[in-house]
Amino acid sequence: MSVIIAPPPSDDLPQKGFDPQVTRQLLAFMKPYQGQIYFALLLMAVNSFAAISGPYLVKMALDDGLRAGSFTTLRLAVLLYLAAAILQWSAIYFRVFLMARVGQSIIYDLRSRLFSHLQELSLSFFNHYSVGRIIVRVINDVNMIREFITWAMLAIARDLFTLVGIIIVMLGMNPRLSLATFSVMPIMIVITVLFRKRSRENYRKTRTAISWVNSVLAENINAVRVVQSFSRQEFNFDFFKNQVNLNNLQTHLKAVKLAALFFPAVDFLGSLAMGLVIAIGGSAFLGEAVSPGVLVAFTLYINRFFDPIRDLSQRFDTFQSTMASGERIIGLLNAPVEVQDQPQARELPAIQGEIEFDHVSFHYSDDPTPVLEDVNLRIQPGQTVALVGKTGAGKTTLIKLVSRFHDPTAGILRVDGVDLRTVTQASLRSQMGIVLQDPFLFSGTVRDNIRFGRLNATDAEVESAARAVGADEFVQNLRLGYDTPVEEGGVILSQGQRQLISFARALLADPRILILDEATSSVDTQTERIIQQALTRLLKGRTSIVIAHRLSTVINADLILVIHDGRVVEQGSHSELLARRGMYYNLYSMRFEDQ
Amino acid sequence: MKQLLRLGELLRPYVKQTLFTTFLLLLLTGIEMVFPSIIQWVVDFGLKPGQMRLVLIAAGAIIGLGILKSIFSYYNRFISEWIANHIAYDLRNRLYNHLQNMPFTYHDHMPSGQLISRVIEDVRSLQSFTGHGITELVRVVLLTLVITIILFSTHARLAVIALLPLIPLVLITTDFGKRIGNMFLTVDNTLGELSSHLQENVTGVQVVRAFSREEHEITNFNLTNRKLYNAQITVVSNWSRIMPTTTLLITVSTILILWFGGRMVLADQLSIGQLVAVNSYVLLLMMPAQQLGWLVNAGGEASAGIQRIFEILDHHPEIHSPTQAINPGELTGKVEFDNVNFKYKNEQASTLHQVNLTVYPNQVIALIGTTGSGKTTLVNLIPRFYDVTTGAVRVDGHDVRDLDLTLLRRQIGIVLQTSLLFSTSIRENIAYGRPQASEEEIIAAAKAAQAHEFILELPLGYDTVIGERGITLSGGQRQRVAIARALLLNPRILILDDSTSSVDTETEHLLQRALSHLMEGRTTFIIAQRLSSVRRADLILVMDQGHIVEQGTHAELLAKNGLYREIYQLQLEDQEKFHEDLEQTRQDLPGLPRQKDFGG
Repeated sequence: MSVIIAPPPSDDLPQKGFDPQVTRQLLAFMKPYQGQIYFALLLMAVNSFAAISGPYLVKMALDDGLRAGSFTTLRLAVLLYLAAAILQWSAIYFRVFLMARVGQSIIYDLRSRLFSHLQELSLSFFNHYSVGRIIVRVINDVNMIREFITWAMLAIARDLFTLVGIIIVMLGMNPRLSLATFSVMPIMIVITVLFRKRSRENYRKTRTAISWVNSVLAENINAVRVVQSFSRQEFNFDFFKNQVNLNNLQTHLKAVKLAALFFPAVDFLGSLAMGLVIAIGGSAFLGEAVSPGVLVAFTLYINRFFDPIRDLSQRFDTFQSTMASGERIIGLLNAPVEVQDQPQARELPAIQGEIEFDHVSFHYSDDPTPVLEDVNLRIQPGQTVALVGKTGAGKTTLIKLVSRFHDPTAGILRVDGVDLRTVTQASLRSQMGIVLQDPFLFSGTVRDNIRFGRLNATDAEVESAARAVGADEFVQNLRLGYDTPVEEGGVILSQGQRQLISFARALLADPRILILDEATSSVDTQTERIIQQALTRLLKGRTSIVIAHRLSTVINADLILVIHDGRVVEQGSHSELLARRGMYYNLYSMRFEDQ
Repeated sequence: MKQLLRLGELLRPYVKQTLFTTFLLLLLTGIEMVFPSIIQWVVDFGLKPGQMRLVLIAAGAIIGLGILKSIFSYYNRFISEWIANHIAYDLRNRLYNHLQNMPFTYHDHMPSGQLISRVIEDVRSLQSFTGHGITELVRVVLLTLVITIILFSTHARLAVIALLPLIPLVLITTDFGKRIGNMFLTVDNTLGELSSHLQENVTGVQVVRAFSREEHEITNFNLTNRKLYNAQITVVSNWSRIMPTTTLLITVSTILILWFGGRMVLADQLSIGQLVAVNSYVLLLMMPAQQLGWLVNAGGEASAGIQRIFEILDHHPEIHSPTQAINPGELTGKVEFDNVNFKYKNEQASTLHQVNLTVYPNQVIALIGTTGSGKTTLVNLIPRFYDVTTGAVRVDGHDVRDLDLTLLRRQIGIVLQTSLLFSTSIRENIAYGRPQASEEEIIAAAKAAQAHEFILELPLGYDTVIGERGITLSGGQRQRVAIARALLLNPRILILDDSTSSVDTETEHLLQRALSHLMEGRTTFIIAQRLSSVRRADLILVMDQGHIVEQGTHAELLAKNGLYREIYQLQLEDQEKFHEDLEQTRQDLPGLPRQKDFGG
């Protein structure tokens, strides 16, 4: 028995390293806040200036004030220092606040755009892109961007400012000591480059390891009932502890071993530089001995000189993962919208409900195999049409075309003689009701869920719709009646009850065209009877297309279409089709074979 | 913050390492203390002519101590991270094992999303705090103490002045620490709200489109989005005040030293070297003080994490093997319900009332009744997914509560209404209950479940990976894999909970065949809606509102003229209508097969 030991690959590092296209699109989100960002940058410069001036003022106080015995200079230095401190406080305060607001605003915009885009993407997109991944994009990846904008972006600017500023001040104060300080730089660069290379690899490995841990954890919690049913706890725990979690521990420890080395190494270079400065400055080697003020200022600057370097190298990680997140967000934003309103699309006027398929064919964009081929059909207003056929024959695709979740790849689909592609999706769907096989309920009350069909419906209308489909009785028996909250996915209600609520929702919308994908799951007999009555009520007086699983629905339809391999192979009434002894006949005799 | 004390419990296995890394920290702090003294020394004595050797010794000392400091700091960092990673490793193991052993009742009331985020996020925040946070916190406290002592011994009057700004610093930071927890809680909750909104929208995407409610959804989403924005801004505006203030207060301390100390130097009460040293010591506090805010922040987050983690761990499973569990051996498959009553936690009404039932080995028992009549609850009591409220369930004469839980469950196979498969290969899914099963056994199980054919048609056959990273199976295919999985266990007791209801007619037909193989030679409980699946059962139980209202064979129950007969007639309507139509066409088209040829 083989067990997958290798963790699944992680997409935590950018695919292309640095993609100018992605960067340009991300920068576009920052554009509206340009002014604020520049202002924050200015504040950052002020902040760095104030920070750099500190040691210089200390030197001034020591050398020109105390050693020269000048009380006035001491006072001046102290006052200047105080002014610099207050300046620094305000600069940091306003900058942090400003950038945090900019960061928050940008991620607000990003999330908003992502969500709106999701509302437009074709349904087949959601087959390939799991809910979990979408949530990671919109929540975690966007957070990553925020962290970067709020903290990292300006921190990088600050580090650079500080570095340049310190170099200038040091050179101005004493070129000899400055060169002594900079002499450790080549070592620093070598260390950093070597460290980066290894740490990037480690980072990718740790991300992969932890995401493996997380997915195994999540799956086990989601499937805990199956786990217990098969008494797999011991086996699973052993696998988790000794493979998945251990792998994560070891990968992390390996990475930590390296990471723990970097900071002490940089610290040591700091001490080395300080030793050099004291030796050279104090021993009058290669020139005169320096004043105590200069020496003290230098030791202060050396600390501040290595901090930004250390920080910059750390930001590199953040930058890497931000680019990866950015790439994935932009990837989602760039996912093409398949069905789009044409620029000159008009509102579909109130319709009668006539539907016409005129040589309609369809295949998915990523697969040239035709799903529907040359379908010709005319459905009269008020007719009930039942679609039957095997799984995968093309029934669902056919109703998806009518609801315009996809556009035909060839041929024209008309409602009341109007080509669907020339009207807006909203004006079409507002006259159309769709009841899905799995009656999805949103969290909220039963009343909210029914009202989803028509948002401005009164309570009385909601209740009368529920009564009409026979849902009123069980709803009244719920703990809080219509105000009973439906948990996520509607778990407290049975399948049959959820179907009835989705019927009420569709009835409340009172559409001219109703599309119904009958649930395959069987419900108990009493509920079944109520559902059948509700269906009759729901289908009455409107054009209805039903993917039928109930015999009663098929028999009562005005027209039955037998779909096979993307074509309509038989059509007619129940008795006509039985008499033909074709596919329909075979389909229905099989059903009773076992009984 | 008192939650952080429970960290001690997690640290216990690593006492040695913790003590060692704290010791290193002490050494580090000590070394750091020496640097300012060396500089003071150089300033006061070294800068005079002819003191070159002194200066070189000082420089050498700085570099030498620098090496020591780096070595200690390396081990300190590494060991702290090592401890943090081990704690996280332990906690994940504990949580994983704990959660998978918690009874159904617990999972019924705990949304899985919530549990997952606790296990992942809370452990992460705890790990990062134990890694950097604790070390830093200890360091800040140590540094402050040592520096205070040194300052006072250098120059008591100046020390008082220099440390004055630390008082507001401590006050501000602790106050912030108290408030930040709640602010983060609001952010976390709103973020949770946002992601559940998103999740729901994506899951229900077809409904949203169908009713063209996109605008409405966008408006709602942006409302929560804005709420999150506001919550984040609250945190940030507090944070943006605290962050520069800590820096300011340390700078103020330097300024005070320069001002008052400077005047003392001018009055010859203090050397310049002492002044510089005092200032250097205070500046040593700069970095820790700046990190204090972050530390308090991370500490708050970690303490909330610990609280949530222990909320899970402190909840002990109500259902577990008894200490002196009986090994039932191979079960014969006799099942008895003796006056069983059952009530779900948090519900007022009982779900099962006075159930008495004896099932003999190898019998097939069918349960029918409306939704909520108690069928599933009844069968869930056999593998002890729940425990009876009163009465007893016995298997082979033993109360299930006395049996070894694993040995009991290993002999019970279950196929649920919607089958959950794992994102791994088909092979591993089938072998889920018996990971050591041979290839032949796996294929035999798949064949019996009518799954072998479609599996061979998949790109990699039995090695095809399904789920998120693999291919998607249809409902019928999943169900057949689930049946193969149960079959491979070769269970003595088999439970089929409505396992054919969510598939279409064609697949149901295939499944019925698979299931009839599966039921041979074992005690089987089958919950079904369609009478066609239950009529061959040895005993049919008709359930209504938690009571067994009728029981008997198909023929006996039909004769009774009760609920069963009523259901039977309702279901027959469809069938009869079909046969009428057939009759009709038969008259038109002579030569059609007779009605009885269809089974009827």
